[in-house]
Amino acid sequence: MTDVLTPVLSANWADERAWKITNYERRGGYAGLRKALQQSPADVTALVKDSGLRGRGGAGFPTGMKWGFVPKDNPNPKYLIVNADESEPGTCKDMPLLLASPHTLVEGVIISAYAIGCRYAFIYVRGEVLHVIRRLQQAVREAYSAGYIGKNILGSGYDLEVVVHAGAGAYICGEETALLDSLEGRRGQPRLRPPFPAVAGLYACPTVVNNVETIASVPQIVDKGAAWYQTMGTEKSKGSTIYSLSGHVARPGQFDAPLGITLRELLELSGGVREGHQLKFWTPGGSSTPILTAEHLDIPLDYEGAAAAGSMLGTKALQIFDDTTSIVRTTLRFVEFYKHESCGKCTPCREGSWWLVQMLKKFEAGEAEEGSVDTMLDVCENIGGRSFCALADGAVACVTSAVKHFREEFEQGYHTPAWELFPYERSALFPPRTAPAEYPERDSNPGQGALEQTTGSEGGLA
Amino acid sequence: MSVDTKAETGVEKSDLISVFIDGTEVKVPKGTLAIRAAEMIGVAIPRFCDHPLLDPVGACRQCLVEVPDAGNGRGMPKPQASCTLEVAPGMRIDTQRTSEVATKAQKGMIELLLINHPLDCPICDKGGECPLQNQAMANGPSESRYLGVKRTYPKPVSVSAQVLLDRERCVLCARCTRFSEQISGDPFITLVERGALQQVGFYEDEPYDSYFSGNVIQICPVGALTSSDYRFQSRPFDLVSTTTTCEHCAAGCELRTDQRHFQVKRRLAGNAPEVNEEWNCDRGRFAFRSGRGEDCLSRPLIRENGVLRVASWPEAIDAAVAGLKRAGNSVGVVAGGRLTLENAYGYSKFARLALGTNNIDFRSRPHSEEEAAFLAHAVAGRRVGEDGTYRGLEEAKQVICVAFEPEEESPIVFLRLRKAVRKHGASVVTVAPWLSNGARKLDAALIATQPGREPEAVAQLEADANSVILVGERAATLPGTLPAVLDLASRTGATLAWIPRRAGERGALEAGCLPGLLPGGRPVAESAARVDVSTVWGGATLPQRPGLDADSMFTAAANGELEALVIAGVEPTDFTDAKGVRAGIERAGFVLSIEQRLSEVTERADVVLPVALIEEQSGTFVNWEHRHGRVNRVIKQGGSPMTDLRALAALADALGVDLGVRLAKQARAELDELGVWDGARVPRPVGGVSFESADRRAEGAPRRLFERHKHPVADLGLAHGTTGDGVVLASWRQLIDGSASNDHAPALRATAKPAVARISPRTAERLGLVDGEDVSVSSQRHAAVLPLVVEPTMVDDTVWVPGNLWSVGLGELAVLPGDQVNVSAGGAA
Repeated sequence: MTDVLTPVLSANWADERAWKITNYERRGGYAGLRKALQQSPADVTALVKDSGLRGRGGAGFPTGMKWGFVPKDNPNPKYLIVNADESEPGTCKDMPLLLASPHTLVEGVIISAYAIGCRYAFIYVRGEVLHVIRRLQQAVREAYSAGYIGKNILGSGYDLEVVVHAGAGAYICGEETALLDSLEGRRGQPRLRPPFPAVAGLYACPTVVNNVETIASVPQIVDKGAAWYQTMGTEKSKGSTIYSLSGHVARPGQFDAPLGITLRELLELSGGVREGHQLKFWTPGGSSTPILTAEHLDIPLDYEGAAAAGSMLGTKALQIFDDTTSIVRTTLRFVEFYKHESCGKCTPCREGSWWLVQMLKKFEAGEAEEGSVDTMLDVCENIGGRSFCALADGAVACVTSAVKHFREEFEQGYHTPAWELFPYERSALFPPRTAPAEYPERDSNPGQGALEQTTGSEGGLA
Repeated sequence: MSVDTKAETGVEKSDLISVFIDGTEVKVPKGTLAIRAAEMIGVAIPRFCDHPLLDPVGACRQCLVEVPDAGNGRGMPKPQASCTLEVAPGMRIDTQRTSEVATKAQKGMIELLLINHPLDCPICDKGGECPLQNQAMANGPSESRYLGVKRTYPKPVSVSAQVLLDRERCVLCARCTRFSEQISGDPFITLVERGALQQVGFYEDEPYDSYFSGNVIQICPVGALTSSDYRFQSRPFDLVSTTTTCEHCAAGCELRTDQRHFQVKRRLAGNAPEVNEEWNCDRGRFAFRSGRGEDCLSRPLIRENGVLRVASWPEAIDAAVAGLKRAGNSVGVVAGGRLTLENAYGYSKFARLALGTNNIDFRSRPHSEEEAAFLAHAVAGRRVGEDGTYRGLEEAKQVICVAFEPEEESPIVFLRLRKAVRKHGASVVTVAPWLSNGARKLDAALIATQPGREPEAVAQLEADANSVILVGERAATLPGTLPAVLDLASRTGATLAWIPRRAGERGALEAGCLPGLLPGGRPVAESAARVDVSTVWGGATLPQRPGLDADSMFTAAANGELEALVIAGVEPTDFTDAKGVRAGIERAGFVLSIEQRLSEVTERADVVLPVALIEEQSGTFVNWEHRHGRVNRVIKQGGSPMTDLRALAALADALGVDLGVRLAKQARAELDELGVWDGARVPRPVGGVSFESADRRAEGAPRRLFERHKHPVADLGLAHGTTGDGVVLASWRQLIDGSASNDHAPALRATAKPAVARISPRTAERLGLVDGEDVSVSSQRHAAVLPLVVEPTMVDDTVWVPGNLWSVGLGELAVLPGDQVNVSAGGAA
């Protein structure tokens, strides 16, 4: 089965100290940069356009086209920002890449910045992953020393500064306009669009925001050519990408494969679902993409295939849940995340996520009102598509898709706690080190957690 | 809510585009927001965060509408927030009136907004006038499906002494935070935390210090922000509202004053797009209790055996007439600058007709002959549009402030200047001794000028027809400044506006309360002018000799040259020399005080006549634009109020003269009949300082003194001392200070800026003074002890102190800006 995999981004991950610049160069690293600097920026953009590379952050927007939106006649500086604020449940592709081979990204940043005429690039890294930030900072330092960043790069006359910026730990800052606000030193909340970042982004200047994996793909495209990249993938989704399998699989991990591979193939590569269990449901690209079930094992995992199945490719974070898992509990955990991460700017997301958590806690405890599945769906309808940014859409997608596939399990929440239907220790991957914790009391106040949270915040304000 | 009127008036027909709201075609200017377009045909889309004077934010999502056609034949897949959606030609917008999608979206949003709202309407100040309550009724579901636990917070939190915050009621619309950031430029409140715990927060060590904080209470669409002053005072439906005009400064704000049980409970900003838009300042909003203390006069007083005793009106009138008759025309009238136009007219006519004198002055503050000439030449008898207006400020390319601090002296002018700077890229230049916080908020360029050297600074300024020059009352005693601004205006074609501080000054000028001017800007010295007035006044003979100004009257009285004084609305410390004023009052043979409250003048008066408070009478204030703002009677208890005008009419009757006006409307009618002077104006005052501006230009000196960037300081060589070892005084009054009109408003007073002395770092070093220590600022007369602030932008050899030092008015020191004072360490004088 190894021929299914196409190690492009991950080819050097297993090398000894792959993150050091010398080891990266030994593998042919920074060859793409040398080639790019011999071409005009427009040619590099055209090359990326021709390769069919699409945004790997989830939306799949053609990268070359995005670069083309930067106005040529705007006298302001142009900025390139790499969105490394990876923090969605399940999503874990950028952090391994940055840990294993940060120079792949750094080289990509230099080439991409050159292509769009940017002289100041930023890498916005999620604040919690300190080890990754340090490794990235070290890589940038090495690249400065080697003359790949700074004044007159490789004698080309092109100057570039690269800044590694650590976020303060907010999922919303992965939303590109919130990221811009955060980078400017404000609270990370999405901005009104238009103007779009390509026209007025960072400091109101033309700005391109790209995902780590997108930019990291650029060096090899430049080095090996658009035609090479086109040989991988499907008709509209070209190239290879990283699929992250996690959850109830025998060998979870990163799988560098051409776009369009199926979950069935990936499960074969990863040793299948946990022994003795069946696949119950899975997310194709993180918690914000509607869940799929075993009937979708053979859909091609490219942008079009996932959409056709009623979901989204997202970040290709394939979380595998087997038959021991309670869908109600999983949904609650997902929505708790969105409640915690809602920035608070708009009503539906802020209030809706608060409400959904309380509803789902009742489903989990077997205390939901008869008929409240429909109420929950209606509330989801009042949230989705009404919010300021897409965060709330992700929050309701997991609820509506869960109800769509497993409605009867929610209806059991009218009378039976989820932990009785699906004893939680059975879905644990590892045996508990101590005796299992008590389940919540059935008569506990479902809003108590919320109140504690409220009171807890007082410390910051008083 | 007002639609931006400029968008309506300033747009050619061809710029209009057609859109369809609920199927009805409406033509609107390009760039109009859908929610405004709907308003134009009377469709009110529910909203919380949207406010026509704030930048759109799209946060509350209440105003969602369906867009079946975006103008390109394709519909928008999701409901759109109409407060951020700019219309496109041919766009179809379906609101809750016609669209199921919009209705459901709006109902859903109300339901979501209410899940964490306490629904404590019965004990909430906003209940009864609450947009959340109203729109929940009109556009929300009748029942909530929420069965969970609501978010709660300890309540209320004091955002400032005046503003309280109940966080659990907040819908996080960000109106207050946007107001403080965008409109007033005091971003001391902001949204903090995230998710459902997001809340309006502030930094403990920096409370919400703003002269405009009351506006956030008014624009809060729920009861989250309440006024500590009004909290639990009344229910909106028990209030009787009156539209009126503010009496605190010459901005002329329209107000809505609410009373209950014949007591004013609160004042709100009115909606006057041409004047204060929808804003006002905290002084205008909260300072309305000054007449509520025990010192408020309700009965006339007469002095008997050296002691004041209560008297009846007829008794007091008789006593006053006896005193005035004894004095004959050796009498002076000082009618402070806080009177309505009609009351001021009463004094003007009373002085000429009943007392036979031109000894009348409204300027109960430092003044000069040069100023009187300036007012007669350039201000009196002019109408709205002839000089500067608020709209003119907004459209100006450049605004030059000379001896004028907009935020302190005319806060609504300040707000309009901020709008001009922020929205239209105007540049502001200030000729001042230092860059005040208000000037910083206007991104103003400072022409650092030591007080007294303003004429030289003004002579070197550049301006053009798109410039507006604003000159304040302080210019009166900075010799040559007023001639210099006149010169600048005529040299460059710039618009010139005089902005006094007090609300009544412009009206009093119009009414003829100056020794050399009759009503309508008519010069006393012109016989034709006297004939004009005499005709309307029933053919009476008017005194011909120009009278004395206020300072001269007090001096004359102190020297025994003036027998009697009639004084209204005057505090001795407001004058250049408080001691001189007191001496005048004490030595005058007879003093008639017409007052609302006990004061230093009533203490020394022989007869005191109590007159109506502003809320008890009607009238007019004329603002700096020459615009007439109606003052309407708020408290309609009892019969006709005893206004200044009625008291004067009664006095005139008793003196055997028919004043002819008794009510404000009669005075107004007579003023209308008089009209304005169409003869030759008083000639332009000529400055005593000569400038070589023309020569400088010929030498090729840079025409633009500075480029527009953050707070540049232009060095014209006027920032350095000319005084050797001494220190020159700089001063202006702060908006909220020890002024008696702020009495009985403790929360307002608590937000006053502290009184400090400011000097430059170099001068501090020279005098051996350290930031933060107490210093003594002294004249030969008196000393004031204040904490020192070393101000980097301050010109050298100059000390700035506020004009009213709380315990000590500047008048006690008997010094004016530009005079020498001593500054020394510690409390020792």
